[in-house]
Amino acid sequence: MLCFQRQSNSVNEYDAIVIGAGHNGLTNAAYLARAGLKVAVLERNPYIGGATVSRELHEGWTYSNCSYVCSLLRPEIARDLELPRHGLQVVPYGGGVTFMQNGDIFGKYPEPERRYREMQRHSRRDADAWQRYAADTMKQTRLIRPFLMKRPPNPTSLRPGRLRELAEYGAAFGEMGEAGLADTMRFWTKSVADYLEEFFETDVIKAHLAGSGIIGTALGVYSPGTAYVLLHHYMGDVDGNVGSWGFARGGMGAVSGALAAALQSYGGEIISDADVGNIMVSGGKVTGVALRDGREFRSKIVVSNLDAKRTFLDLMDEGDLPQTVVQRARNFKIRGSSGKLNIALDGLPTFNGLDKKSRLMVGDFHFHDSLPRLERAYDDWKNETWSKDPYLDLLIPSLFDPTVAPPGKHMMTVFVQYAPPKINGREWTDEDKAGFEKSVLDQISNYSPDFRDLIVHCETRTPRELENEVGLTEGNIFQGELTFDQLLFNRPFPGYAQYRGPVKGMYMCGSATHPGGGVMAAPGANAAREILADLREPNVVPEGYADD
Amino acid sequence: MNPHQDEPIYLPTAFHSRQQQHNLLHAWGGWNGYLKPEAYTDIELEYFAIRSTTAVFDLSPMNKYRVTGPDAEAFLNRVLTRDVAKIKNGRVGYCIWCDDAGQVMDDGTLFHLGDNDYRLCSYTRAYEWLYWSSLGFDVAIEDETGTVAALAVQGPTSCTVLTAMGVTGLESLKPFGILEVSFQGQTLTVSRTGFTGDLGYELWIDTSAGEALWDALFAAGEPYLIKAIGTEALEIARIEAGFLQAGVDFVPAETAVRRGCTRSPFELGLGWLVDFDKPRFNGRKALLAERDAGSRYRYVMLDVDGNKPAHHSFILQHGKVVGTVTSAAWCPTAKTNLAFAQLELPADASLTGLVAEIYYERELRWNKVLAPCVAIDRAPFDPPRRRQTPAPAL
Repeated sequence: MLCFQRQSNSVNEYDAIVIGAGHNGLTNAAYLARAGLKVAVLERNPYIGGATVSRELHEGWTYSNCSYVCSLLRPEIARDLELPRHGLQVVPYGGGVTFMQNGDIFGKYPEPERRYREMQRHSRRDADAWQRYAADTMKQTRLIRPFLMKRPPNPTSLRPGRLRELAEYGAAFGEMGEAGLADTMRFWTKSVADYLEEFFETDVIKAHLAGSGIIGTALGVYSPGTAYVLLHHYMGDVDGNVGSWGFARGGMGAVSGALAAALQSYGGEIISDADVGNIMVSGGKVTGVALRDGREFRSKIVVSNLDAKRTFLDLMDEGDLPQTVVQRARNFKIRGSSGKLNIALDGLPTFNGLDKKSRLMVGDFHFHDSLPRLERAYDDWKNETWSKDPYLDLLIPSLFDPTVAPPGKHMMTVFVQYAPPKINGREWTDEDKAGFEKSVLDQISNYSPDFRDLIVHCETRTPRELENEVGLTEGNIFQGELTFDQLLFNRPFPGYAQYRGPVKGMYMCGSATHPGGGVMAAPGANAAREILADLREPNVVPEGYADD
Repeated sequence: MNPHQDEPIYLPTAFHSRQQQHNLLHAWGGWNGYLKPEAYTDIELEYFAIRSTTAVFDLSPMNKYRVTGPDAEAFLNRVLTRDVAKIKNGRVGYCIWCDDAGQVMDDGTLFHLGDNDYRLCSYTRAYEWLYWSSLGFDVAIEDETGTVAALAVQGPTSCTVLTAMGVTGLESLKPFGILEVSFQGQTLTVSRTGFTGDLGYELWIDTSAGEALWDALFAAGEPYLIKAIGTEALEIARIEAGFLQAGVDFVPAETAVRRGCTRSPFELGLGWLVDFDKPRFNGRKALLAERDAGSRYRYVMLDVDGNKPAHHSFILQHGKVVGTVTSAAWCPTAKTNLAFAQLELPADASLTGLVAEIYYERELRWNKVLAPCVAIDRAPFDPPRRRQTPAPAL
């Protein structure tokens, strides 16, 4: 059993230190502080949030610089940590548009009847198939949702408690029935393209839906495993509406801001400009961290919100670690695949084929109207360059949120895929970044004649900036790919999926752990539950809500 | 290409301009993508129009699929559980269809309009499923939902009203029979069908003639106290008549998410619609197995003691919960408190001692009654005029 001192003598001595003030680090620290621990979160940047951040880079405009929409944030945590009282408001948005090369569009209305007729305009069969598709994705979603706020089971342990956890998973799968189980196994291993082909015949509808299967993932729509990534984007909810997405009012920084306020309300500290260089280990136990500037913070518990590669290969001495951990950390799949443009606009752009007053303007915009086109965008990634015809997930949050742009002006957030971590084997250069930016602006301009003229400011982030500024290895937004080999008890790798590191007192709480990325805060909360259990402290972390 | 603009969420039906004139409550809802009146003036008066005069209900939003081609009968025999060959030309059949697991996808009516020419009306959108089921058959399937307008004309004076409107030969039309007449140069199809359990007809016509049909009907019906009714009044009538409503009394299998929430025909009391003499139809194997092994659920109609409708009630037997109510209503004509219940009881289990646990509120005071129930075989409302031929005139 670990001991900790509630009263420490030195200012730099804590019961627990969390490295990284991303949403999971803040969540983890908030729960530890609420349990009575003296906690500090050390943040490398002068601002908090990690990839859940709002910044004003051009006066009057607030960007969600990395993550940009919100659905997966666990409602149990938002309620339990009183995030609304600390300033968080998530406003649901709905719908989307795929602009087609022939000048037509596919409008995915959030209202079922309009969506039905719009789908019917493209294909009568596909319009009907939607109900089958919705039921099927909901079945798969319901399987995984109960496990988001639980640690994954350890399938190799025969201890009774562990077996009980495993049995819970077994029962959930058993509940699906024989046919359901077969469907589930297929679902978790197949490509999003193959999955969609089972329902739809129309290129643009398949392409519109396939985007969720590749976002943040260095795989193409025809790659096995991408169907699960689609599910990952469907398993969240806004106020119980499973699959809904929303905007955090004030940008995603509102999430980290509310978490930070909750943490501070429990007496936790956040120390910015504190760049941890080393997790100190002595005698097989963690003793604290050393900053790159030489400062040291002592603690018997160190929690890393960083991804598994950074944590084990960068912050820890490989000699302190079991050989398998070093090996697995090196082989951990965390390939960068995406970039981001945040754009301040002087007005609302006109998009070809879509009335400016349409309900669909508040939806997510895409410009790929077929699966083969999406796959060719991935081909560029394989060829170690950015997509010349990039897949975009574009939104204009200022149509919903009056705080992110001056009145009458607009803010556009553009998620871009694909962008490889290296260009032809070398680091990204400024010229590469300019080329990447141009391919995105060109893509948008193809469908919006006045867009370019409205640009007031543009922040462009390639995997280089995502790695250097945010700290995401290779710029992978999920801290590791969400493929079946890296999920549940295999996340980040076998034997280390219950948030405990290989050294006593060392824990992981980032998206590299179960249940993965997407601004859920579940990894941070689940890790806190384990830490408190190890300390024999009462649990203060909520259980998940039940769907039924 | 013009920019894409949002159209209204619910579209008007062919009768909308006329419905607007009658709909003093402005109580509109959505049905299958179309605007539907929930009530026009007063639900009770609308209900009594069904039972004492003539009620008119717009059923245009119902899904309608035209099935034609040399294999039409063979195809429908594969899709539907009953023997389609027994539904002769000029006749309508109530039918259900199942998925391969023998779970009910929907119920509906099949109209045998001509040689190799059928219309299937359904609650769910079935075009895609029909398409997949049609592979290997020489048939064409056309979705007529938006092109065929339909009115239900129901009640004791309905035959008289339609005759006054100029429909000839109606009095000799048998229940589930189809008659084609000419109406202002268009073909008007009249079927002796409905969802009210009363004497009644359904009119089918091209949407372009919708308003003219409505006007002629109401002009002829005025002396006979014709009245437009909404879905609320129809709901009471259909319960009183013992008719199931898809999406209320069972979950259509294709939309179901939770395992075990769907029902087989046997579990809905619709075993009589399953014809195992047919060598092949969707769900046959699973249904055969269920016939031999027994069903999990049992559908019953309950005569509930007292006058409090047993909405969503638990049904108890000897103090144990054995099921729940799916539909309930006080039936104003039959003067019965009726409930449909799904019971988790074997087919041969005794149905004595059933009790409905009913909660109701009066001025914020909640009351609970444990109302004894008696399982009944027939719907409490079943007047002779429903099947008399010639149909009784006023």
